[in-house]
Amino acid sequence: MDQNIPQKNLKLARNLLIIAIAMFGFGYALVPIYDVLCEWKWIERDRPDAIKQAKEMAYEIDKEREVTVEFIASLNENTPMIFRAETQKLKVHPGEYHTVNFYAENKKDTDINARAIHSFSPAVVSSFVDTITCFCFDEQVFKPKEAKKLPVRFAVNPELPKQYQTITLSYTFFDNTEKSVKK
Amino acid sequence: MSAVVAEHDDHHDDHHDHGPAKGILRWIITTNHKDIGTLYLMFALAMFFVGGSMALIIRAELFEPGLQFVDPQFFNSMTTMHALVMVFGAVMPAFVGLANWMIPMMIGAPDMALPRMNNMSFWLLVAGVLMLASTLFMEGGAPAGGWTLYPPLVLQTGKAFPFAVFSVHLLGISSIMGAINIIATILNMRAPAMTLMKMPLFVWTWLITGFLLIAIMPVFAGAVTMLLTDKFFDTSFFDAAGGGDPVLYQHIFWFFGHPEVYVMILPTFGVASTIIPVFARKPLFGYSSMVYATASIAFLSFIVWAHHMFTVGMPLAGELYFMYATMLIAIPTGVKVFNWTATMWKGSMTFETPMLFSIAFVVLFTMGGFTGLMMSVAPVDFQYHDTYFIVAHFHYTLVPASIFILMAAGYYWLPKWTGHMYNEKIGQLHFWLSTISVNILFFPQHFLGLAGMPRRIPDYAVQFADWNMISSIGAFIFGISQLLFLYIVIDTIRGGTGEKVSDEVWEDAHKHGLEWTLPSPVPYHTFTTPPTEIPTEHI
Ligand code: HEM
Ligand SMILES: [Cu+2]
Repeated sequence: MDQNIPQKNLKLARNLLIIAIAMFGFGYALVPIYDVLCEWKWIERDRPDAIKQAKEMAYEIDKEREVTVEFIASLNENTPMIFRAETQKLKVHPGEYHTVNFYAENKKDTDINARAIHSFSPAVVSSFVDTITCFCFDEQVFKPKEAKKLPVRFAVNPELPKQYQTITLSYTFFDNTEKSVKK
Repeated sequence: MSAVVAEHDDHHDDHHDHGPAKGILRWIITTNHKDIGTLYLMFALAMFFVGGSMALIIRAELFEPGLQFVDPQFFNSMTTMHALVMVFGAVMPAFVGLANWMIPMMIGAPDMALPRMNNMSFWLLVAGVLMLASTLFMEGGAPAGGWTLYPPLVLQTGKAFPFAVFSVHLLGISSIMGAINIIATILNMRAPAMTLMKMPLFVWTWLITGFLLIAIMPVFAGAVTMLLTDKFFDTSFFDAAGGGDPVLYQHIFWFFGHPEVYVMILPTFGVASTIIPVFARKPLFGYSSMVYATASIAFLSFIVWAHHMFTVGMPLAGELYFMYATMLIAIPTGVKVFNWTATMWKGSMTFETPMLFSIAFVVLFTMGGFTGLMMSVAPVDFQYHDTYFIVAHFHYTLVPASIFILMAAGYYWLPKWTGHMYNEKIGQLHFWLSTISVNILFFPQHFLGLAGMPRRIPDYAVQFADWNMISSIGAFIFGISQLLFLYIVIDTIRGGTGEKVSDEVWEDAHKHGLEWTLPSPVPYHTFTTPPTEIPTEHI
């Protein structure tokens, strides 16, 4: 056997190990890559900053059509809050802006940090709904027993495909106190 | 570094003179590729029965609607553990075992490239699987959120959670070390006359699988590490409350998960391409197209992962892209099926047990491929997703494909390994029982899925009762039939039919592969000087 082979084997093994370690790093790199792809709308995910920057668009209002928008409020696991939508359902013309309110209250005698995540159903409509005021994504601090009125201003894009007559917009509050306090 | 190498060389030569160490220590400290191959194969066979018993618990519970034997939490642990044990404990180690045994013999090398690392990767595997198994006895039970370990559900696992993560780390390190070793062996240790395009397809498929493993196992290790830090160290990779996104986990998991299913099928293809020509008494049809097809399947496997996620809410462009990319995989896969069929075409076929299992593989794997193609159509996958239809799909691609080919490999090479012939009658009985019962077991699951029965549930609506009962009956026949294989393996090791097997074992096999030019049973050390003549009937 060629005397060099053990050396060659070790060298190759070392290079392959470097690839493996790099791939471990790549797994972590997928986290920011995912955010970028979401921003480019290759993969669906509503971006908090996109909502903050959104401006009211001058849509042509489609008086011919009506879309029912339903609002759902829910709490994750043991989030100690009362949370409900003040408007359950609204018929809107595509292109029109509306504001609806949600009601949220801290049930505890201590501060809580909570964060609301929104989602659309069916999921594909999310790119056809503009939300310009939204309490989603930002962490909110609730003082003991504090109640807040949380507005959402939105419009349905008139380009929404005709087959969607009902859209559900749901918000879920997550209790993040433990992690926020530690930080 | 070089000092270490020199030391190792002495050690090796030592062994050369004395043969294997005596007693149990031989198996613990061995660096011989044949011993390590045997260890891997034995371990895999044991895990096959452990994972199989879990499957039978599942099928016993599903025999009738209602809750009979186990509570739902334990049922879910069983589906999760069954999958993890079968994937990481049975199928993958079995193929690594075959690689250890056969690759050096097929390419004319004296041993694996890094024999000590080889020993270590085996024992790390044992440690990983034992750690996984230990979670069954922990407070809160074993992981029960499915083998995909999706958050947030998996974060509700009890005390077992960190242990499950660490066991994935161990299994990952073990597979990466195994893969490095196999690649180094294939690239550096071939006999000079064994050029790349003369390598048997089993060697080719393992070379490519090795690269897949090195690319994906670290990504999986990363994903579970993120789960771990989300749970214990307040990161928020997948935690919506902290601004993370659970869907991100699915993307990372399937970036690993889809190539992972090819890790289990590519070596399967390799063994099938090795066995079929011998019993068809013809060269393999389209050798080089087989190599290219394998490479393109491996490449495509990295860019189709989100076909597991059609229902998470991707934009239309994403759905379309992943749909068409997935369909593309059917082309190289079709090339392979065509080539196996063409190899058999007008061959002088005989139907010994290894060939029977290989033919069943070609037919039944194709069925799994077809259901895969159905599910690659994004709009219809909304119906199939997370139902028994997909359970039927991947079991067709894994049981009558990967597992059948592992059985075929066992029958094919056992006479070479042991020098004894297995009992052909019992082998054929094993084949027929397995083939009939595997279809009774999995075919009805297509109907259940199309009718809407969800996967991973311990109870179901009564309209699903009949097919579930039939499927469970098939499962028990299949499970019990596998004891025949265990019997045959033990019997063959102890002398089998008593018939003296020739060196080539199968008619003209020595024209198909170097391993058949060696004596039967194979001596402890082989090809200490590289062979000069390479059989070419396989290409
Ligand atoms: C023609 C080739 C194939 C195609 C087009 C295909 C397509 C698919 C699709 C679209 C899914 C996702 C279904 C869903 O979740 O709704 C799937 C799942 C799956 N496939 Fe395949 N597949 C193919 C071959 C294979 C092979 C060769 C294997 C394994 C050896 C395999 C193993 C699996 C597994 C394990 C799952 C389910 C994973 C899980 O959710 O637990 N497939 N396949
Ligand atoms: Cu896949």
